[in-house]
Amino acid sequence: MMDVTTKSKWGKLASYLLLIVLVAFSIATLFPFLWMISTSLRTDVDLFNNPMNWIPSKLYLHNYQEVWTAIPFGRYFLNTLKLSVIITILQVVICSMAAYAFAKLKVPFKQTIFILFMTNLMMPWHSIMVPQFAIVSKLDLYNTHTGYVLIQLFSGFGIFLMRQFFLSLPNELNEAARVDGLSEWKIFWRIIMPLSAPSLSTFAIFTFTFMWNDYLAPLIYLNDDLLKTLQLGLKVFQTEHTMDYGLLMAGTVFATIPMVIVFLIGERFFIQSVATTGMKN
Amino acid sequence: MTSRRLPQYKPYLTGTLFILPAFVLFAVFIFIPLVYGFVMSFTDYGGFNVKANFIGFDNYTKLFKDDYFIVSLKNNLVYTVLFVPLTMLLALLAAIALNSILHLRKYLRMAFYFPQITSMVSIAIVWALLFNPMSGPINHMLEAIGIANPPQWLMSSKWALIAIVVVAVWKSFGYYMIILLAGIQGIPTHLYESARLDGANRFKQFLYITLPSLSPTLFMVLILTIINSFQVFDLVSVMTDGGPGRSTNVLVFRIYQEAFVNYRMGYSAAMSTVLFLIIMIISLIQFRLEKKWVTY
Repeated sequence: MMDVTTKSKWGKLASYLLLIVLVAFSIATLFPFLWMISTSLRTDVDLFNNPMNWIPSKLYLHNYQEVWTAIPFGRYFLNTLKLSVIITILQVVICSMAAYAFAKLKVPFKQTIFILFMTNLMMPWHSIMVPQFAIVSKLDLYNTHTGYVLIQLFSGFGIFLMRQFFLSLPNELNEAARVDGLSEWKIFWRIIMPLSAPSLSTFAIFTFTFMWNDYLAPLIYLNDDLLKTLQLGLKVFQTEHTMDYGLLMAGTVFATIPMVIVFLIGERFFIQSVATTGMKN
Repeated sequence: MTSRRLPQYKPYLTGTLFILPAFVLFAVFIFIPLVYGFVMSFTDYGGFNVKANFIGFDNYTKLFKDDYFIVSLKNNLVYTVLFVPLTMLLALLAAIALNSILHLRKYLRMAFYFPQITSMVSIAIVWALLFNPMSGPINHMLEAIGIANPPQWLMSSKWALIAIVVVAVWKSFGYYMIILLAGIQGIPTHLYESARLDGANRFKQFLYITLPSLSPTLFMVLILTIINSFQVFDLVSVMTDGGPGRSTNVLVFRIYQEAFVNYRMGYSAAMSTVLFLIIMIISLIQFRLEKKWVTY
């Protein structure tokens, strides 16, 4: 890390000024969230009469009750939770297995397959979403959670991330386990996976966040109201309640809370996953 | 890695089984769609089980006479030209600033990164209210500092795209800041020490050490932001629905409308091919130029 301690008086003053500017800027960055919380706790009448009074004089919690009855919020919430958890687990397992094979096992045409897989990192999903939809609907999986799950399970990023980690493990580990008579399957699950917890967490948090916040794919694939996710529900909610500021903001607060919890618990893994993007090239 | 006692095919079999699930998923849901999309772009396919006919290059010739498509391409380019430099500048300034302070670094990093973890839909709903010309706080603030006729933002075809750029920059600069911060922290300390001994001031250190050492990372961020800018959809869908008029209709939004609102799948597949080509060209440029910078 670069050492930047400034010894002179002016240098010190400048660094404090910079700190003040940064703190002000951080408050500006967080302002939309602060406003969102403040608005969710006010009546719309209060909001329109005193628009610049950002700190509510009296806490009004009714919006938080009403949002659960105004739309099937609970169902959207459970659908999103279910899909995000299932996709995260399956994607992490499937991609880690492939990554392990790339790093430690013999695979025919290994290099070619790996390069083919990595094209996924450059190719945005948006450029194949139309034909992918055509294929999924031909498989009769349109408007099902199964179809949505299946299209999400492959991750070039995940395979890359896990392969990098597995490559850093010494080969002696596998060899010793093989001498002990463990099958590759058991080596992978009993030795390699437990050792990979930090990388697996990074990968899992990355996937979970992405799935929780996904909007375009559910918009295309999930048409039935029973199947819809939170993000879709919020969008419908917005169209129906354009001017119910407090209610809308209570809804977005609910949708944001799970991500905030995940972020606060796993902050270092988030940072890790971003820094890995930098490592990629 | 090989154990000689095992028969030759066995290790290959295990490896293949480990890769198989990922391979099947890749083949069915990524590779086949890629090829199929290309084929589809030469048909009049209308979705689901409708029978499709081959129509040659019709979709492509139509594409470049289609005003709506050209407008969406233009809007997207304007978005790119605004989004990329603004995001990079803000990310770089934030990364440099965070690297040179000693206090509150963790808090600030978290605050700047925070918009990134929240969903586009939620923040688009919040920002749509913030930008509301009559009742939103942005225009209230602008009026409070004496601007008589603040922009109509999302209701104005002149300002709507700019408002979307503002939100997109706000949402993503923290992400690129972390990549750049990691890059800055990876610069060897001894470079700065010898520069200080030579009497170089902070600005010169930045110009002659930080920037050149950071150029591969900056270049990568440039490519990432450009590619990212061609995927904008959520903000447009929630904040403006492509409007007012066609003023915020961007490439992916157009593809979405053609495919899933108008059910002209073959035509939208041709648009997807254009998107694919744009990204491929950017990636190829990256590949060519990268060799000049990266030293292995």
